[in-house]
Parts: sequence; structure tokens; C-alpha cells
Amino acid sequence: MGNMIKVGMGDLKACKCPDALTTLGLGSCIGVALYDPVTKVSGLLHFMLPDSTQIRNNSNRAKFADTGIEDLITLMVSMGANKNRLVAKIAGGAKMFATSGMSEILCVGDRNAEAAKKELAARNIRILAQDTGLDYGRTVEFYSETGDYKIKAVGKGVKVI
Amino acid sequence: MSTINLDELNDMQYDVLKEIGNIGAGNATTALAQMVNMKVDMSVPKVELVPFSQLADFIGSEEEQVVGMLLQMSGDVDGMMMFFFNMRSAHNLVDMLMGRPITDDNDSDEFGEMDMSALSEIGNIISGAYLVALSKLTNLTIETSVPSMSIDMVGALLSVPAIEFGKLGDKLLFIQSQLGENGCINGYFLMIPELESYDKILGALGL
Repeated sequence: MGNMIKVGMGDLKACKCPDALTTLGLGSCIGVALYDPVTKVSGLLHFMLPDSTQIRNNSNRAKFADTGIEDLITLMVSMGANKNRLVAKIAGGAKMFATSGMSEILCVGDRNAEAAKKELAARNIRILAQDTGLDYGRTVEFYSETGDYKIKAVGKGVKVI
Repeated sequence: MSTINLDELNDMQYDVLKEIGNIGAGNATTALAQMVNMKVDMSVPKVELVPFSQLADFIGSEEEQVVGMLLQMSGDVDGMMMFFFNMRSAHNLVDMLMGRPITDDNDSDEFGEMDMSALSEIGNIISGAYLVALSKLTNLTIETSVPSMSIDMVGALLSVPAIEFGKLGDKLLFIQSQLGENGCINGYFLMIPELESYDKILGALGL
């Protein structure tokens, strides 16, 4: 196995086989993994907010679903991926605190998941698998060698999608 | 619009924010100590401007499992307040509160219904103490929501305030106070006011 490359909050990275990508403690954010099954170029985006056009301060493009996915595709194409072959797996978008009163803030997970699906559909990228919503945090690892997206959650064991 | 620029806070402003952390957390620690009837230490608070990508490093590792509580502040000061206890501390706290003997090896991630309710009450009391102190100091009205509790990875819990403040910028200014560094209770407070509330807080203190 190659190196494990860490992607922070509001960040994106890409790698080639046999490296892997990881992001730790995804909460309401979404981890979008993109993959070209032929060249095995892989990318991971950890975005925080659904839409860059709604926010005035949008200079960090990896923070948003729309600009983040766009930039990740550009980066992966520059590393040899074919845009038309890309497929996606997504995880995250949890509702970390259950309470009334703060509903707008706390539902951002759902909005993020919707935005990811919308932005991927707009670029004709098929979502092969997803693990979104619910109420727990996730650590994800994407393996370029196999295209496996490994999801770990507290008390829930490990699953591979 | 806010006049404060988080990237250009001067030493004086930092010191005042630290002092707020000190007084707020001091009061909260006292309340906690009274509740469990033992001495709880507190460290000097830190005021940090942290990029989101490094946020969790301040508490430990992103994957560390913690008990987190979140409150929303409204009134003159808007924003969020969070605090975290590691699992061991949370068990110790509950045991002390319930008058049970403290076991050294209680790291399990299970809490009974009664324990959860006790933790929630602890959250209520110490956050109340923190904010009453801040409110008295600044003469500002601060109301809070009922605390909401979650047990999960610290990175995942921190994503909630990070996303909220991600709408404003790429960094989060927080006032952090650690308590019980060497004792059996280890916890962190995070006070995360909105940008415009910093103006009010600093303004109320004559800066």
C-alpha cells in the first residue's frame, strides 16, 4: 500500500495508485471521493457548505460543494484522469446535535448531501455509493488501488462502500 | 458591519478576550467544583485564531471520542458555546455527582439514561455559570438555548461551529479554557461569538 494522504476541513487532495486519501472526523461536512477506474487517479474533497454563490467570502473554493467539486475535477484531470470516466462515492452530512431551536444551523448536513448530489449530477458523474445523514461522525479512507471507500464511525464498526 | 478584523487583533484585545475566558471559565469551574465537591484546576485560557484545517489539533486528535455540548447564545451576544469532556472525565463526573466510587478504568463509551441526564445537567449549570460571569462583566444580555449533547469524534462535533463560521471566513477565533489538567476531570470550553458580537463585547469593556 502507498501513502495515506490527509485531507483537512475545507480542503481537497488527489493522488495516484497506490496512495490513499483520508479525512478524519467528518460531521456535517461531506467527503466526496472521485475516481477514474482506468487510471486510478483518485480525489477527495472535504467541503463544508452547499453553495458558494450564497456566501460573500468565498475565496476558499474547497469549502463549497460547487466550486470544490469543480476544482477537484480540474486537479484530477491534470493528473491524468479522464473527466468522462469519473465516478463518485460520498459520505458525511450528519446532524451532530439533535435539538429544537437551532434547526437551520443543524440541518446543514442534509443540505450538504443534497448539494453534493446536485453538483455531481450536473457534471454527469454517477454516484456509486453513499453513506450520508443520520447522527454520527465518520472517518473516511479512499483507496485508489481498489476504489474502496472505507467508513469508520464510533461504536458502529467499519464499513466499505 | 463589524469593524473588528480578526487577523489584526492587537495585544490589548487578545488580553481582554483571554480575561473573559478566565472569568467565565473560572466561574464555571467553581460551579463544577461545588457540584462534585472537590477541587478542580483551571489552566490559563488561550485565545487563538485557527484555520479550520487545524481546528481539531487544538483539542487532540480529530478522532478522539468526547462528550460534547453545544449551546447557542443570543441577545446582545450571538454565537455558540461548546464544551468537551473526554470519556474518562465524563464518567468520573457522573460518578462523583451520583456518589459512586470512581473507577480508574472506566473508558467505556456507554452511558445510562440517568448518566446522560446528569451530564446534561452539568452542562446546564456550568454553561450558565460561564455566561452569567460574562454577562455581569460586560453588562450585556446573553440568553442561551438548552444545551444539546452528543458523544462522538471531536472533529465531527467541531464541524458544527466550523460550518456556521465558515460562512464568514476561513478561520475561527475561539476562547479556550482547559480545566482539571492533572486531575481526573479534563475538559475544554470554547466560546465562539459571531464577528459582530466581538465588537459589542470589546466595546462594552471600553475598547
